[in-house]
Amino acid sequence: MQPLIRFTADYTRYVLKGGARFYIWMACLAALSIAMLYVYYLQNTDGLIVTGMTSQIHDGLYFANLVFLVGVAAGAVTIVFPAYVYHHEGMHKVTVLGEMLAITAVVMVMMFVFAHMGRPDRLWHMIPVIGIFNFPNSMLAWDVLVLTGYLILNLICGFYYLWGKYTGQGVNKKLFMPLVYISIVWALSIHTVTAFLISTLAARPMWFHSVMPIRFIVTAFAAGPCLIILAFLVIRNTTKMWIEDSAIKLLATIVTWCLGIALFLTLSEVVVELYPRTEHANGLYYLMFGLHGLTRLVPWFWTSVALMVVSFVLFLIPSFRNNMKLLPIACVMAFAGIWIEKGMGLIVPGFIPSPIGEVTEYYPTFVEWLMTIGIWAFGFFILTILLKGAIGILQGEIKYGGQTAIAK
Amino acid sequence: MNVNETSPADPVQEPLPECPTPAASANPAASEAKTSRRGFLKTGGMLSLSSLMGAGALMTKSDDALAAAEWGEHFQKNYRLMTDAEKAESRARLERRYSEEYGKAVTVDTTDPQPGVLMGYALNVRKCIGCRRCVKACVAENNQSRGERPGERIEWIQVLRMERGEFSEERMNDGYPEGLGIQVGGNAYTPAGQVLEGQYHYQPDAVPEKDATYMPIACMQCEKPPCVKVCPVRTTYREGDGPVVIDYNWCIGCRMCMGACPYWARRINLTTPVLPKEAMNPVTHYLGNRPRMRGVVEKCHWCLQRTRHGRYPACVEVCPVGARKFGNLLDPNSEVSLVLARKNVFRLKAENNTFPKFFYFYD
Repeated sequence: MQPLIRFTADYTRYVLKGGARFYIWMACLAALSIAMLYVYYLQNTDGLIVTGMTSQIHDGLYFANLVFLVGVAAGAVTIVFPAYVYHHEGMHKVTVLGEMLAITAVVMVMMFVFAHMGRPDRLWHMIPVIGIFNFPNSMLAWDVLVLTGYLILNLICGFYYLWGKYTGQGVNKKLFMPLVYISIVWALSIHTVTAFLISTLAARPMWFHSVMPIRFIVTAFAAGPCLIILAFLVIRNTTKMWIEDSAIKLLATIVTWCLGIALFLTLSEVVVELYPRTEHANGLYYLMFGLHGLTRLVPWFWTSVALMVVSFVLFLIPSFRNNMKLLPIACVMAFAGIWIEKGMGLIVPGFIPSPIGEVTEYYPTFVEWLMTIGIWAFGFFILTILLKGAIGILQGEIKYGGQTAIAK
Repeated sequence: MNVNETSPADPVQEPLPECPTPAASANPAASEAKTSRRGFLKTGGMLSLSSLMGAGALMTKSDDALAAAEWGEHFQKNYRLMTDAEKAESRARLERRYSEEYGKAVTVDTTDPQPGVLMGYALNVRKCIGCRRCVKACVAENNQSRGERPGERIEWIQVLRMERGEFSEERMNDGYPEGLGIQVGGNAYTPAGQVLEGQYHYQPDAVPEKDATYMPIACMQCEKPPCVKVCPVRTTYREGDGPVVIDYNWCIGCRMCMGACPYWARRINLTTPVLPKEAMNPVTHYLGNRPRMRGVVEKCHWCLQRTRHGRYPACVEVCPVGARKFGNLLDPNSEVSLVLARKNVFRLKAENNTFPKFFYFYD
C-alpha cells in the first residue's frame, strides 16, 4: 500500500510542477474547458435547440467528433503493435505514450457522447441491473462495451507499465503480455463497432455499405499516427525525452500506406455510387456537388480531398517524409483532411436527403463550436498531464524512493 | 359490425372490442389508481427508492410539489418493468404534475393491450385530397409542441405532395446528358407518381390541386421495427396489440432510433415542448399522448388513449374523404381486414423488411 500512496503523491507532485509556459498552456486549456461547461449547462436547460441539430439532421458536430476520436483511440495500436509484435526497439520505449493518447481519446469520446445526448441525466438507464442494457441487440450497447473495455485495458496496461518502471521491478510478463495482445485486437474492435453503429442503419443509404469498417480502420491508422508523430515531435523539442527517428519514420510509413488505402476506398465508393446514380447516391452527390441548390458541405468535401491527396503525395516522397522539419506539415494536412472526411463529411450527408426525400442543411451553432473546442481543449489538458507523468517516469525522474525532480 | 364507409362526423365506431377496464377518470383524486396506491403505501416494506421519492412528493402539500414530483420521476423504472403498484404510483404522480402544470384535471391512462387485438391501418392514396386535417387533428389530440421556432414545431404526419409530372414534345431530343444529344438516355425523367420525392411544405389556395397527388406518411408501426432494435435502453418497444411505443421517462435522447427509421417517423424534442394550457388535451395515455419533456423522442402511437377504448385514432376520425381505415387485423370483418382481403395493397419501402402494419391501397 505504501508504494502506491508514494506513487500517487510523486506522480501528482511531478505533473503539477512546471515552467511558466506549462502553466500558461494549462490555463488556456482550462479556460476553454470552463466555457464548455457553460454551453453544456445551456444545452441541458434550454435543450438541444441551442445547437444546429433538427429532427431531420439529428447528429452533427458532436457525433462527427465522436466517430473521429474513436479512430484516434484505435490509432494508438500503431505503436503497440510494432512494439510488441515486431519488437521494434524505438517503438518499445514509447509504447506507453500511445496508451496515454488512447486513454485521452476515449475520455474525449465519452464527453462527446454526453454532449450529444438529449438526456445525459438519464445515462444511468444504460447501466445493467439498475437500468436496462439492450445487449446484444443494440449496436450502441456494443459500442459502450468495447469503448469502456478499451479505456480500462489502456489504463491497466499503461499504468501497470509505469508502475513497473517506477518501482524498478518491471512488469510481470505473464500478466502483462496477454493484456497487450487483447488490447491490440480490442483497438480494432472499437472502430469496427463504431462503423457498424452507422453502417447497419439500412434507412440511411449513404452509410449502408460494408466498406465502412475497413475504411474507418485505415483512416484511423492514418489520423492516429499523424497526431502521435506531432506529439512525439513536440515531446522531443520540449522535454528531456528523446524519441528515436526510427519510431517516427515507421509511423510515417504506416500513415502513407493507410492514407493510400483510404483514398482508394473513397474513390471506389464514388465510382460505385455515382456510376449508376441511384437515389441512394443522393447523400454522396449532395456532399460532392450539392443537391437542389444546397451546397453547404461541398467546400468541406473538396478541401478534405485536397488535403488528403496532397499530404499523400508528400508522404510518398522519402526526402519529405524523413525530414523532421517538414513532416509535421503533411501530418497536420492528413489529420485535418480525415477529420473532415470522417466527421462532417460522413455524418451530416447521411441525413441529406431525409428518408422521405427532404433536403435540409445543417449549420453548427456557436454553442456547438464552443463545446467542440472545449472538449478538445480538455482532451489536451489531460493528455498533457498523462504524457508529462509518463515521460517523468520513463526518464527516471519519478522513482520509488528517489527524490522527485522538477520537469523542464 | 358495420363495415360500410363511416361518415367523418361519426365519432365512435367500433373498430376494436370494447375495453373492459373503466375509462380513466377525469379527476385524479377520485381515480381507482390512487386508492390502490394508498393501500400500497401502507404496506410499506417493498418500497423502492423511487416509491419513496414519489410518495414524498405526493404527500407534501408544499409549493414545490411539482419539483418534487419531477424529482420522483427521475428515479422511476422502465414502464415495462414496473409492478402494477409502481405503475399506479407513477400514474398518480404524473396526473398530479400535469394537472398542476396545465391547470386542468389531466388523466394518464395505463390500459394494457386488449387480448385478441392486433391493430392495423390502411390508407387509400386515391382518395387523399391533401387537406392535412389529419396533421392538425393529430397535433391537437397528441399534445405535440407548437412553438414559433422550427425546433418547437412537431408534426407526426407528413402529407407529401407529388407532382403528376410533365412530359413535353419540345424537349424530346434534348437527351441525357444535357447538351450532348441522346447519349445514354432521354430527358423524360421527371419524378412522377408515388415517389418519395414529394414536398410537405405546400400552400395551395384549394385542395386537391389539379397537378398533384398526395401521399400521407407517418409511423408504420412495423412488425420488425429497426428503431426498437437499436435502442440502447429498450425504451421503445412493440406493444402486444401492435403499436411501437416509447416510455418518455426512460428515453435518454441518443437518437439512434431516428437514424434507424426508414420512414422518418420520429421527432426529437429539442427543447421543452411548447404546449399552451388551453390547447392541452387532458385525456392521455402513459405510452401515448401525455406531455413529453425536453430531450426525448416521440412519434405516432395510433392514439392509444383512444384506440384502447374502442375509438378511432384522431386522423381516421377527421379525414373528410374516408381515406383512412383502422381496425383489428385479427378480426376478419374489421375495415382494415376487409381492405387487405379485397384491395390491391402495398407497404412502403417493403425492401427494408420492416413489415409495416400500415398499408396503402388503391380503389
